Amino acid sequence: MSDPKVELTLPVMQDMELAATKTAEVVANRMGLDEMKTAEINMALIEACINAFEHSKTKDNVFITYIIEGDTLVIKVGDKGQGFDSEVVAIPNIDEKIKSEHKRGWGIQLMKELMDTVKFETTDSGTTVTMTKSK
Amino acid sequence: MADFNLKIKEESGVIVVTTDGYLNNYGGEQVASLCLQKISEGKRKFLINVEKTDMVNSIGVSILIEVIEELQGTNGTIAFCNTAPIVEKTFNIMGISKYATLYKDEEEALKALSA
Repeated sequence: MSDPKVELTLPVMQDMELAATKTAEVVANRMGLDEMKTAEINMALIEACINAFEHSKTKDNVFITYIIEGDTLVIKVGDKGQGFDSEVVAIPNIDEKIKSEHKRGWGIQLMKELMDTVKFETTDSGTTVTMTKSK
Repeated sequence: MADFNLKIKEESGVIVVTTDGYLNNYGGEQVASLCLQKISEGKRKFLINVEKTDMVNSIGVSILIEVIEELQGTNGTIAFCNTAPIVEKTFNIMGISKYATLYKDEEEALKALSA
């Protein structure tokens, strides 16, 4: 039998990332993940959705898949917009950000710190970020 | 849009801003705008009570960095209290806690800030 999966389609609209966190909470609770891990998943998911909404430059939907692989929750956030190279995104630093005009750019760092693994894949048809969190 | 509300009061020389709701870009702008206005009026001590904000995003928090920047030039202080564990972790990752003390609650914060 294949791993249990939940799929969600989000329109690119203000605060739609919160809809993604509601689903994540249901799935995480079903898996028995504790409150802090669920909160970390939610925060990482918010950042992944915002990245997809803003950086993909697409007005198309964002697609989220939650897969329960035993004790591990795998979340894929995909968009059909223009991709980016996550390797060239600078690691943000608060001392520099305070002096800089550009104070944003924390999303990838937050995802990496909050999840067990984070992987970006960009193709001609869009970008997918795959994040995992284990119990 | 997610609900976001602010309350403001001044106590012992500290401007206390209490947030209620998701701190996204709009929430961040509201808090920053209020604080920047108070800084322009000469206020230098700020406490953000986030007891009713259990979810933030990096855009909202980034906007608050503007307040830290502004206070840096005026010997001002900004602090937070009642931070949910995930908000505290987010502040630590972003380095906010290097520039803003996180207090357990408003009483502890006001005691320290008004000293």
